[in-house]
Amino acid sequence: MSLSWLDWLLMLVYFAFVLGVGVALKKRTTTSTAFFQAGRAIPAWVCGLAFISANLGAQEIIGMAASGAKYGISTSHFYWVGAIPAMVFLGVFMMPFYYGSRARSVPEYLRLRYDEKTRGFNAISFALMTVFSSGISMYAMAKLLQILHIFDAPFAALGLGPQYIFHVCVVSSAIVVLIYVLLGGLSSAIYNEVLQFFLIVSGFVPLVYLGLRDAGGWSGIVASVPSALTHAWRGFGSASTSPMGVDALGVAMGLGFVLSFGYWCTDFLVVQRAMAADSMTAARRTPLIAAFPKMFFPFLVVMPGLIALSVHGGVIPVKLHEATGAVVLDALGKPQLDYDLTVPTLLLRYFPAGMLGLGLTALLASFMSGMAGNVTAFNTVWTYDIYQAYLRPQASDAHYLWIGRMATVFGIAASVLTAYVAAQFNNIMDVLQLVFAFVNAPLLATFLLGMFWKRATGHGAFSGLVAGTAAAALHHGLTIPAGAVAGVKGGWLAMLSTYPSEMAQNFWTAIDAFLVCLIVTVAVSLITKPRPDAELAGLVYSLTDRPRDAGLPWYQRPAILGVIVLAATGLLNLVFF
Amino acid sequence: MGLDVRLPVGVMFAIMGALLVGYGLFGDQTIYARSLGINVNLWWGGVLLATGLIFLALAARGRAENP
Repeated sequence: MSLSWLDWLLMLVYFAFVLGVGVALKKRTTTSTAFFQAGRAIPAWVCGLAFISANLGAQEIIGMAASGAKYGISTSHFYWVGAIPAMVFLGVFMMPFYYGSRARSVPEYLRLRYDEKTRGFNAISFALMTVFSSGISMYAMAKLLQILHIFDAPFAALGLGPQYIFHVCVVSSAIVVLIYVLLGGLSSAIYNEVLQFFLIVSGFVPLVYLGLRDAGGWSGIVASVPSALTHAWRGFGSASTSPMGVDALGVAMGLGFVLSFGYWCTDFLVVQRAMAADSMTAARRTPLIAAFPKMFFPFLVVMPGLIALSVHGGVIPVKLHEATGAVVLDALGKPQLDYDLTVPTLLLRYFPAGMLGLGLTALLASFMSGMAGNVTAFNTVWTYDIYQAYLRPQASDAHYLWIGRMATVFGIAASVLTAYVAAQFNNIMDVLQLVFAFVNAPLLATFLLGMFWKRATGHGAFSGLVAGTAAAALHHGLTIPAGAVAGVKGGWLAMLSTYPSEMAQNFWTAIDAFLVCLIVTVAVSLITKPRPDAELAGLVYSLTDRPRDAGLPWYQRPAILGVIVLAATGLLNLVFF
Repeated sequence: MGLDVRLPVGVMFAIMGALLVGYGLFGDQTIYARSLGINVNLWWGGVLLATGLIFLALAARGRAENP
């Protein structure tokens, strides 16, 4: 299958528009506030859509469909138990501190609330992590486009082998994102994320429609796949019967609380979008506005997995060994399926010339929105929390703007490098990913205590973070998922206990790190000197004036929106119970 | 920041929609076997075109209200 002129033209139109947005914003981007914070002047609905888009990278789209094929509709737990409640909590309770403290980044909030070392720990690990994860996602995307073979013909015509597809994909997408972020900074990234949001939706709605029609509707899917896959909560009474290997308590505590709140409420990549809003109520509404479309995303990103399982006896291709091209077999000698190819397989199956171009553009858009999200978060944290904090504190605004632009170039170059390292050394990447997971696991406790307990101190927070990170590493080193070999999957210290699945191990590692961080932070805080109340005004719940919503119409009040979002999410859980 | 994002979204979807509708009307009709016999270019292109025009109308109204 090769592409028609219309497919290419549609991709070209998309590139022209994302670059055009950057060019249009260039003139307005003359201060560091404009570049890093979008001037804190973006309307709530724009921030809300950007909030979804920045998180909706290619890995998310590909991974959710893959997980949908493996675990079925339970994958929606990542949305209906995980993301949505966390987004409501962020909007209603946490944004007043992020936005009201006038911190320019999440690490800077830690500096204001705790101390320099806590900020430094968070800023440095976050900066490394963003570069790394955008490189990984670049690698995944380029690899996918290479495997699809749709670009083979034009490359062959130019006398270039298929390996050039990887190079061209990596370099060209990096250059496009580089140009528009360089020109317009965060505003450019945010406006383009809105564009990308609509594109992703417009590519996936017809795909799911055609797929469902082919499968005979939802009832057709229910009839043709195992019933555990079409019920979100079936078997979650105990870990041994649950498809994910985790019981309902583990899902609620691990995914619903520690992991999701830890990501959505503290990760600067998403929080930065809400911090760019034009007012306090707009900042608080951002994650709530985002939650409305977000709760329906399982139908777009998880459903393709179920469709691919159900139609024509299953259409997910078998996994081929990278070097030899032989079929990869599992432990029982059956061929393994390459779940990551679920979405692209469906695109090629159902979309004729024209729509195929739109579908590929949607994939590219998701990939670029995730990458731009990482890059804008990276250049801000680097410039404000590392460069200004430790290297050159007293420079002019123009200097920091210039440094931000340089950081954008550097961040993208480092991501490209990471993509190539990932292509060569898979194991290094797995280990790095693991280390970041350890560092992230305890963060939520630090933020919750910081915002809601005025007695928490800087020494407490820092030692809590270090202890929590160590606890995560220790937990991981002492446990192993069933059937895995000791190493990056766990058990590298000793094998004290076995989990039914990798997911179970992840959840319980996170819960463990959270609890250790909580206990250590509280204990150390109690024996160290607290900061005077006057210094903590605006940073801690009990010392901050409640935001006044009484004058707003009901549909603009964060608390009311939050209740509606939660009720609707509860309903979705019941429908697919 | 002054830029109304409804404008680029509107123009982009109008262009993409128009291209798909045109291809659906005048292009090869045998390619729709894969999309279950539905001329998905024509239908979905039409939806995109309409969406684009709605965004443009909203942007125009916004401009009239606060120039």
